[in-house]
Amino acid sequence: MSNIKRAFANGKAFIPFITCGDPDLTTTATAVRAAAANGADLIELGIPFSDPTAEGPVIQGANLRALSGGVTTDKIFACVREIRQDVKVPLVFMTYANVVFSYGAEKFLAACRDIAIDGIILPDLPFEEKAEFQPICQKYGIDLISMIAPTSQNRIAMIARKAAGFIYIVSSLGVTGTRSEITTDLAAIVQVVRENTDVPCAVGFGIATPEQAKKMAGLSDGAIVGSAIVKLFEQYGKDAPQYVGAYVKSMKDALR
Amino acid sequence: MTNPNGRFGVHGGQYIPETLMNAVIELEEAYNHYKNDPEFNRELTELFNEYAGRPSRLYFAAKMTQDLGGAKIYLKREDLNHTGAHKINNVLGQALLAKKMGKTRLIAETGAGQHGVATATAAALMGMECVVFMGEEDTKRQALNVYRMRLLGAEVIPVKTGTATLKDAVSEAMREWTTRISDTHYCLGSVMGPHPFPTIVRDFQAVISKEIKEQLLAREGRLPDAVIACVGGGSNAIGSFYNFIEDKGVRLIGCEAAGRGVDTFETAATIATGRLGIFHGMKSYFCQDKYGQIAPVYSISAGLDYPGIGPEHAYLHDIGRAEYVPVTDDEAVCAFEYLARTEGIIPAIESAHAVAHAMKIAPQMAKDQIIVITISGRGDKDCAAIARYRGEDIHE
Repeated sequence: MSNIKRAFANGKAFIPFITCGDPDLTTTATAVRAAAANGADLIELGIPFSDPTAEGPVIQGANLRALSGGVTTDKIFACVREIRQDVKVPLVFMTYANVVFSYGAEKFLAACRDIAIDGIILPDLPFEEKAEFQPICQKYGIDLISMIAPTSQNRIAMIARKAAGFIYIVSSLGVTGTRSEITTDLAAIVQVVRENTDVPCAVGFGIATPEQAKKMAGLSDGAIVGSAIVKLFEQYGKDAPQYVGAYVKSMKDALR
Repeated sequence: MTNPNGRFGVHGGQYIPETLMNAVIELEEAYNHYKNDPEFNRELTELFNEYAGRPSRLYFAAKMTQDLGGAKIYLKREDLNHTGAHKINNVLGQALLAKKMGKTRLIAETGAGQHGVATATAAALMGMECVVFMGEEDTKRQALNVYRMRLLGAEVIPVKTGTATLKDAVSEAMREWTTRISDTHYCLGSVMGPHPFPTIVRDFQAVISKEIKEQLLAREGRLPDAVIACVGGGSNAIGSFYNFIEDKGVRLIGCEAAGRGVDTFETAATIATGRLGIFHGMKSYFCQDKYGQIAPVYSISAGLDYPGIGPEHAYLHDIGRAEYVPVTDDEAVCAFEYLARTEGIIPAIESAHAVAHAMKIAPQMAKDQIIVITISGRGDKDCAAIARYRGEDIHE
């Protein structure tokens, strides 16, 4: 059974996203520990990509800062290996298809297994292209996370039936970034998901406040927050981990 | 040449966010319907002929032929099209398709500005809203085209992210499309991106090789020995090659922008320096580092300044059907000046890359052999930049 299921065993899950290497990997490791200690149920670790086409300006900025600081996939693997000594919450990588493809999918996913990564999210790998990576993920026991968008409509059932780990429901049109209002009929999407799979689903894109998180998690099994956390790194740099810890606590408290 | 999954060999595919999947599926269905629709084709042919000025001339470059002393040289004059480049062929096709699909707004990326100008033109003609994304660096290099787009009623958004050039404009147009899909068509300007774009754009540009074939058969009674075109994403090249792919005796040569040289970091020659990757919705060759980070590329030509190449070109390279050669800034600038002085034709700096390669191979060919060079656009837009390259500080 997928280790990711554990993330959904403590009530509604809170899932923070952190860009690895922003501003440096020491800060990343401290922030991951702070998030885990303050109630994060699963942590998404972003491996930066030079041209992140699904990201808004905030996460684009984090990718750029991390790459300018010299972070690489190998350095991130080493950092996660060290984090895994004591951090036990499920961890998933989020990156772009080329980062995995260029490294060699086999080599990349074998490394993921070695450092106890539980899943991987590739926003530029839709259902139609999964077959290229899915068997390799399966071989190494890594869940390839599926995404469902407000425009998915007739595709939801098909995606849900083949989903593993958890399903990432994109709350709104557009790229990542905080939003004042989310208008998608998420209840209708979740209903179709439920009819087709037991795999849990969490909502992401645009969530920043405890109130939004509570509402989104209320409609699903959890809430994912990226840009609001990445903004803390933008604002506080190396001092960000303590703010990340406090933020994660406030969000998880709202979901309890 | 496209297989049912939008693949050209291993290349192509649909590596895009789930948010866009239904949009590209809807586009593919609409295209498959309209491409065989007689009324759609009648309207498109009328736009090509009456509005864009097709067929474009196949001009025998007698002075250049004599000067180089080898193969006979013909120029396919896409620079004579309305808006001054081959880009209009694709744009008229896509805008008409978008209109049939009920879309009211076109978005586009542009490098040199030619595709942006063509999209703004089609939007004006068809009464559609238009937003063009252009790297901030390119808005400076091609200030005149920015003004032309605004004059035509388009909004031009300078893109400041990344290297602020064509690849960043494509990324930003993709982001914009995920934000607003229902009324918006992304009018992609080259044979790249997710399926079905490489196929749609190629089909609308294939008119170039269809005409070359007819015109040359009428004039010479035979096919050319070589067809030469410049390649960024590769739309004018695939358009020039497409109807010759089955004619194995015709050499197909794509000229990539080598910038300051393929042995430097300041290059955009993808086949020469790139490797297989996944970016901007497609699998193809890309300039990238060992971790798959897309490399900043460089060329004097804003239109060829792209780190990838269309998937069908990658496939034609793999199977050895087409050759791809690097041409440096310096060679392109010399060819730009040469064609101006020899034939009184100022080519786009992009097209000058193709002219430069023809200048290398024509003298080695026999006098009864024939080369066709596609002059993909006119060079007025480049004059200030070339003057600066030569150390003359002129401003538009």
